[in-house]
Amino acid sequence: MKPFTYQRADDVASAVAAAATTPGAVYLGGGTNLVDLMRQNIERPAALVDISRLPARIEIGTDGRLRIPAAATNTDVAADPVVRRDFRIIAEAIVNGASGQIRNMATVGGNLMQRTRCLYFYDAGAHCNKREPGSGCDAVDGHNRMHAVLGASPHCMATHPSDLAVALAALDARVHLAGPAGQRTVELRDLHRLPGDTPHVEHTLEPGELITTVSVPAPPAEARSAYRKVRERASYAFALVSVAALLEVRDGTVVSARLALGGVAAKPWRAASAEAVLTGAPATRASFERAADVALADARPLTHNGFKIPLMRRVIVSTLEELS
Amino acid sequence: MIVINGTPHEIAITDPRRSLLDHLRTDAGLHGPKKGCDQGGCGACTVLLDGRRVLACLTLAAQADGRTVTTVEGVGRDGDLDPLQEAFINHDGFQCGYCTPGQVCSAIGMADEVARGVPSRVSPEIGAASFDLSPDEIRERMSGNLCRCGAYNGIVAAIEETYVGGPR
Ligand SMILES: Cc1cc2nc3c(=O)[nH]c(=O)nc-3n(C[C@H](O)[C@H](O)[C@H](O)COP(=O)(O)OP(=O)(O)OC[C@H]3O[C@@H](n4cnc5c(N)ncnc54)[C@H](O)[C@@H]3O)c2cc1C
Ligand code: SF4
Ligand code: FES
Ligand code: FES
Repeated sequence: MKPFTYQRADDVASAVAAAATTPGAVYLGGGTNLVDLMRQNIERPAALVDISRLPARIEIGTDGRLRIPAAATNTDVAADPVVRRDFRIIAEAIVNGASGQIRNMATVGGNLMQRTRCLYFYDAGAHCNKREPGSGCDAVDGHNRMHAVLGASPHCMATHPSDLAVALAALDARVHLAGPAGQRTVELRDLHRLPGDTPHVEHTLEPGELITTVSVPAPPAEARSAYRKVRERASYAFALVSVAALLEVRDGTVVSARLALGGVAAKPWRAASAEAVLTGAPATRASFERAADVALADARPLTHNGFKIPLMRRVIVSTLEELS
Repeated sequence: MIVINGTPHEIAITDPRRSLLDHLRTDAGLHGPKKGCDQGGCGACTVLLDGRRVLACLTLAAQADGRTVTTVEGVGRDGDLDPLQEAFINHDGFQCGYCTPGQVCSAIGMADEVARGVPSRVSPEIGAASFDLSPDEIRERMSGNLCRCGAYNGIVAAIEETYVGGPR
């Protein structure tokens, strides 16, 4: 691990100021991803600003939105009674990820900003455009079972590993930021970028910007929701594919639908075209199959991950059937 | 300053790269927490930080400053074992024992999570006010602790006996 300096921030303003005035500084949440990557010399920050002890009280704001501070641990979010009652797919997504210990450490901000789990990204001896821009991508002809089928480019086909982000994408969450230039808000679905020819540019944060809060509007009162994840073992593994869905059905007709897909792209994939197909359609298996086909119309398999497309199709259909 | 197993330790952390695991093992001489993988994959390094189970290998020692740490050495001693440790012995909850300190600390943290209303993937209703510790729940909630010897059945039985009152 490369040497670095460490400082702890007690509030947002001092965290942003510390990052702005310390060359090479990055924020440290629970460290479950960053410390690992630093130990492998894949991340080499000169300084850490520890934001894991910033205030972390989860609450409903005056505007009715759920407000989750970025420093809240995944466990505390999943255990929150309001989250479990009114935003249950957030809790479901969290408890479907990592392990009890990791969820106790992991923060919400760190979970959204975690790096890909592509093995070549982790292997300093491999070619990886994300780690070393312009060096090539060993996943093209390599082990790409876990990789993307949507939104990938010839330069990078890595997936974003977060479960939580998929649920938040389905819920129309917003990400509130503070940085040297002040505060701003982005839609969660605009937080991550597709790789294009710059796979090392993964998100839309400006240098030094800190995620302070994630806010979530109340879902439609009548909507039912579910988070479904398929992986290679029952627990403690990243998603092959996952689905976060909200479905509102009245008199056998879909009134509203929201669908976000995980494990298939460099960002949580909101399937807007499928939502459009569902809205107003009869709540039948045929509609759900049509929606799944539309959601996956642009899916392209790599050499070893073709199974993800029919798998995802089946998970979409069965999740929607369960909710109808 | 870190309070380790009830005793304040003024051990200078001169290098911020020091993990809590190396700090405990090398600086504090506590060899209970084990280094299985050093990358968050096995749970052998599990300790309790302010009562919550965490992985010491991915925690920087500096992050534990001002907090309390409990390792297996703080759970029980020779001749004065915690009931959970007795149950691990009675149910053959280990073979080589390498994963055991992490299993024990993890189970203590896990039982506290259940008492605080933290749900799991297999909880029948995620919004429930409380959760029962079924064998399925124990297996799911303990999935972050691997046992290369495969003593899982004994581990689950020991935890069930301790926190539920006897395997069914
Ligand atoms: C063995 C293992 C299994 C896992 N399985 C899963 C899984 O199944 N599903 C899943 O979703 N995740 C899984 N994870 C990943 C885990 O959820 C993430 O590592 C964790 O959520 C990251 O949060 P953190 O607070 O520890 O982030 P850190 O490691 O501290 O930081 C990660 C990144 O986020 C940045 N960052 C942190 N906070 C902020 C902020 N407020 N604003 C801006 N940037 C910030 C950091 O600079 C860093 O770049 C697993 C991890 C491990 C080790
Ligand atoms: S898929 Fe992306 S992260 Fe993986 S090796 Fe290729 S460029 Fe790197
Ligand atoms: S040594 Fe920490 S999880 Fe393996
Ligand atoms: S007893 Fe040997 S690893 Fe668990």
